[in-house]
Amino acid sequence: MFTKTTTALALSLTASSAMATDISWWHGMSGRNGEVINEISQQFNDAQDSCNLTPISKGTYEEALSSGIAAFRAGEQPNILQVFDAGSATIIAAQGATIPAEDLITGAGEAFNREDFIAGVRNFYADSAGKFIGMPFNSSAPIMYYNTQAFEAAGVEPPKTWEEFEQVAPKLKEAGYLPMTASQLTWMMVENFKSRNNQQFATNNNGYDSAEGTEMIVSDENTEMMFHKLKDWADAGLYGFYGAGWADNLKPFEEGKAAMWIGSSGSFGGLQKSANFEFGADFMPYWDAIEGAGTQSFIGGAALFAMAGKPDAENACTAQFFTFLTAPETQVYWHKNTGYVPITEAAYELAKSEGYYDEQPVAEVGIQQLMLPGGEWSKGYRMGFYPQIRSVMEREFNRIFSNETTVEDAFDTIETEGNALLARFAKSAS
Amino acid sequence: MTDALTTNGAPKTMRDRLRLWWRAEPAHPMKRAQFNAPLAPWLFVLPQIAVVVVFFYWPAIQAVTSSFYIEDPFGFGATFVGLENYKTALDSTQYASTAAFTAFFCVVVTTLALGFGLLLAVKADKVIRGAHSYKTLLIAVYAIAPPVAGLIGMMFFDMHIGPFTEIAAWFGYELKVGVNYWDTVVALVTIAVWKQIPYNFIFFLSGMQSIPASVREAALIDARSGWRRFCDVTLPLLAPTAFFLLIINITYTMFDTFPIIDVIVKDKPANNPMTLVYKVYLDGFKGNDIGGSSAQSVILMIVVAVLTVVQFRFLERRVHYG
Repeated sequence: MFTKTTTALALSLTASSAMATDISWWHGMSGRNGEVINEISQQFNDAQDSCNLTPISKGTYEEALSSGIAAFRAGEQPNILQVFDAGSATIIAAQGATIPAEDLITGAGEAFNREDFIAGVRNFYADSAGKFIGMPFNSSAPIMYYNTQAFEAAGVEPPKTWEEFEQVAPKLKEAGYLPMTASQLTWMMVENFKSRNNQQFATNNNGYDSAEGTEMIVSDENTEMMFHKLKDWADAGLYGFYGAGWADNLKPFEEGKAAMWIGSSGSFGGLQKSANFEFGADFMPYWDAIEGAGTQSFIGGAALFAMAGKPDAENACTAQFFTFLTAPETQVYWHKNTGYVPITEAAYELAKSEGYYDEQPVAEVGIQQLMLPGGEWSKGYRMGFYPQIRSVMEREFNRIFSNETTVEDAFDTIETEGNALLARFAKSAS
Repeated sequence: MTDALTTNGAPKTMRDRLRLWWRAEPAHPMKRAQFNAPLAPWLFVLPQIAVVVVFFYWPAIQAVTSSFYIEDPFGFGATFVGLENYKTALDSTQYASTAAFTAFFCVVVTTLALGFGLLLAVKADKVIRGAHSYKTLLIAVYAIAPPVAGLIGMMFFDMHIGPFTEIAAWFGYELKVGVNYWDTVVALVTIAVWKQIPYNFIFFLSGMQSIPASVREAALIDARSGWRRFCDVTLPLLAPTAFFLLIINITYTMFDTFPIIDVIVKDKPANNPMTLVYKVYLDGFKGNDIGGSSAQSVILMIVVAVLTVVQFRFLERRVHYG
């Protein structure tokens, strides 16, 4: 069935008018999300005659970025490259590798207004002046999923804050559930601990102002407190840590053993299929004790970058596609089929007016969290070699939970190694 | 066949030797090859040389060059940093522990895979009835591609549904492959050894079967103890095979276990053990740190070169080729 659709798609893609300008799009999505990308590309090709877009999956996010880089060095880059959140500093720092999305779109004479985008996505892929370098595409937010039955059995309400979690967790445990698991602690408990609690993540305005001299701030009192709590919860059987793998931490929730799972809003589509119990979702908890906490989260997911070095005709097509992609109808289609949030206000309104959130209230949680009031530090962060910094964090977190190190030592190591990587990155950019 | 360049059939100096070689004259006429034209042999090895140049020398030179720079991955800027990349790698405790694990992994996997391979070969050699099916069953694993072997292993060791995890739980041990460092080591070693045993088995078995029956029979008269016969006759005669396998197994552990590691750590190594070559991939391809990763690959290249020289100089001398 799948091969049939792809063949049909490939045929129809090649069959479109010979006069059309061909453009390519490399992405790092597979499974259902990859199929939806094909569908959207087909919709774009059907909607006009002058451009013909071919999407190509390059594997994972990391593989898409590596392939894009290798291709760029060989002068064989695609027109559009999907780059994930952690890789954005790398591609944005390489000025000349991309055409800023905003310049591309306005240059092609298409309308563009930053204010059309929901607040949470405006800054993450923009420069420090707010100009869009990458075109936000698949955006997600870290949210809290909960097993409705578990909370009923324990006779408690899903927590809004971590303080509330400390209240309800023992009761969930008594009711026979593992109170909480969380996937990707780097994204949840560091990056979005920073955003949800409005905490500074790095010097130089969270890294936006310059790569030179940027240092990360993670060995502070609050971040360490979060991990002391997590460790204590793990020791008390209130939190289950299953390593750095995404799926290993999701599994207990899918099996109905865990009462809560901190995951991605983009996991909604998959959970609908894999979880055979009633579940709800709410914002990711924050610390009431931290002043000014409860702000919006950073967006996760990825953005699309228009690669430089392409003829004007192709760039015009890329611009046209970016505009098509932000159209409310396209966004709603993407939103409903994947679980990623709509990135424009208009798309959100359209989904709302269609009554989608009455049927699927869980689908609205991610976008609502991104539309929460922003704080000084909740706009985003920009750090080079960030995928490697994440690896360092993953290593140290595993060591914390297997009692090989203390929270303080772990964060000292993360800061030292992270800062060394940032310093190296600053040299690479010069 | 006497020539100005040779006295009594042997070349006088190194220069003469080179000239003879260029003229395709054998340095020692006794060992004369069959080619008369100087060009023909080169023509035959050319495809092989081309492959080696394109896929080995050229990238190796590139790696050495980029190891002296910190580079923007897109190729816009590069800062010459001299030996800093090497210093960063060698100073890092993470690199040191990866190197230590690689050495440990090589010793353990090679020892176990060779040991089990030899044991099974000795036992299979004695089997007369149904020998064919035994051998087929033992060799079958070799047909499994390493990533698939990794996947199968991963299913056995899975934190949530793995049978090994359940068996460990019977004994009151919480096996957490992927979280606990040594648990992951056990899983990696088990899978890597399991995958390599059949290969060693094939070579040992054919090595044993090529030992002439007359030698075996003579040994049978000399010694009653099977163990002594094995130590004094079989093992020395197996030495060339064992030496070959030793090199192959070390290379396997250092490089070919890559897909197994990739599957086990699910591309998020965290604090899990990994080999040096996996770290090169991780820093270079996932971290986009081309300079740092190149320096590591050069270090690895040197290690392998040293290892090869050591093996051939010290071990091969003791090997008797029949």
